[in-house]
Amino acid sequence: MPTKIEKDVISGRDTTGHEWDGLKELNTPLPKWWLYSLIAICIWGVGYAVVYPSVPGLFGYYRGTIGYSTRAEVDADVAAIAASRAGSMDRIKATPFAQITSDPKLMAVAMASGKITFANNCQPCHGAGGGGRPGYPTLASDSWIWGGKLDDIVTSITHGIRSDDADARASAMPRFGADGVLKPAEISAVADYVLSLRGKTGIDVSAGAKLFAENCVACHGDKGEGKREVGAPNLRSAVNLYGTSKEAIVAQISLPRQGVMPSWNARLDAATIKSVAIYVHSLGGGE
Amino acid sequence: MFRHEWIEKNAILLLVLTLLTVAIGGIVEIIPLFTIETTVEHVVGMRPYTPLELMGRNIYIREGCYLCHSQQIRALKDEVERYGHFSLAAESMYDHPFQWGSKRIGPDLARVGGKYSSDWHYAHLTNPQELVPESLMPKYGFMANTPLDFDHIAEHLRANRLVGVPYTPDQIAHANDDLLAQANPQADAEALMKRYPKAVVVPGNDRAPTELDALVAYLQMLGTLVDFANTSAEKLQQ
Repeated sequence: MPTKIEKDVISGRDTTGHEWDGLKELNTPLPKWWLYSLIAICIWGVGYAVVYPSVPGLFGYYRGTIGYSTRAEVDADVAAIAASRAGSMDRIKATPFAQITSDPKLMAVAMASGKITFANNCQPCHGAGGGGRPGYPTLASDSWIWGGKLDDIVTSITHGIRSDDADARASAMPRFGADGVLKPAEISAVADYVLSLRGKTGIDVSAGAKLFAENCVACHGDKGEGKREVGAPNLRSAVNLYGTSKEAIVAQISLPRQGVMPSWNARLDAATIKSVAIYVHSLGGGE
Repeated sequence: MFRHEWIEKNAILLLVLTLLTVAIGGIVEIIPLFTIETTVEHVVGMRPYTPLELMGRNIYIREGCYLCHSQQIRALKDEVERYGHFSLAAESMYDHPFQWGSKRIGPDLARVGGKYSSDWHYAHLTNPQELVPESLMPKYGFMANTPLDFDHIAEHLRANRLVGVPYTPDQIAHANDDLLAQANPQADAEALMKRYPKAVVVPGNDRAPTELDALVAYLQMLGTLVDFANTSAEKLQQ
């Protein structure tokens, strides 16, 4: 009980009036600005809890007086973005490629959209600028496996390659080694022949050529030029999906790798897919 | 007039008031837990993790993936633009503990499932820089050579069941078979797919499941379960 409030001689301040065994305490109240801030924040906090969603309950949460919802807000934001793009994106969706490519304004939008979408979704496999990597096709060359026309590219993106999409592109190269169709020596001979398709190797490839004619031409063509309808790559190209060394070719004949590209129709809308196709087409190999 | 002295000089009163004050803090933290069910959306498609995914998830936690990768697409337009539909509470309702994370040195992984091929994940986890030159991610190639330790897989399922994950006795009984079926493309995965729809069978190898197989199975499932075509803003109301 503060019975004896005194003035402290040294500091010139009042004491609290409490005394314990001769010890006295200076009265040092909280700074006024601090105290008033605390009170103001408490009032603001209560107001915030009333106005905005706050307290959970047995049958849902308290929704606040203004009915704010983050999810409603983001839905509105996303709709606003879609609306702001609707003009050009709807036109890209509805316009055939031939007309898009001759419309500089529409092309600019498609290229910008395609570039961003490519960086986010395609680059991890196909590399920046579509440079490709072993096992992931180069998009910046004319060595297309499934075709380099805009419509071909759209189909590849939309349905994917060997994806779980029902309309996915799929080629199935037989497992010549693993299934015992060819003996190791024969596979080696075929590989020598395939190597010679890209340029003289100085090795006698007549045996390989014969085996190639018997086993490979149905898909890869008489001269190994490939067949895009079945996704059989051009073997004369220096751009090669699984490597250009003899070991790589032998491995691919023996137990072919069957790369997978996901289908994108669930992640990207039709206009965005068209934009990506236009961007990919522009990388250097478009037909 | 109120005097502090009354409380200070009355031990029982001091005790009662202290208890009351502490109780407020406890009530505020504990009571909402009893109503947590009301905050989880009702969606179609969520299922418990397959045994292989569950093991992959354990590896994800062991390796501290959550330190660089979040699994939470926030309800902000930029995030929805980049990663897809914002994450739902329902999507982590079988997570013990959840892997929302709080730091994004790498990208968010909440919807990474199906974005890349399984082969890509094997190559990328083995040597990230080979595929993404600017990546800071460490190499996890050792997992490809580490056989998965799944001796106690049924117990893992049972433990999850204890904390509320609705594994059925059938799923627990076939935990071992399901794990092996998901790690081997040659195996018959029909029973697995029936028990766990949308499970992704990983390429694996012909010997034994590796830690990498489990991790890829987990990554390929992330964010793919909820059927968003079948839902709407109203249905997602908590």
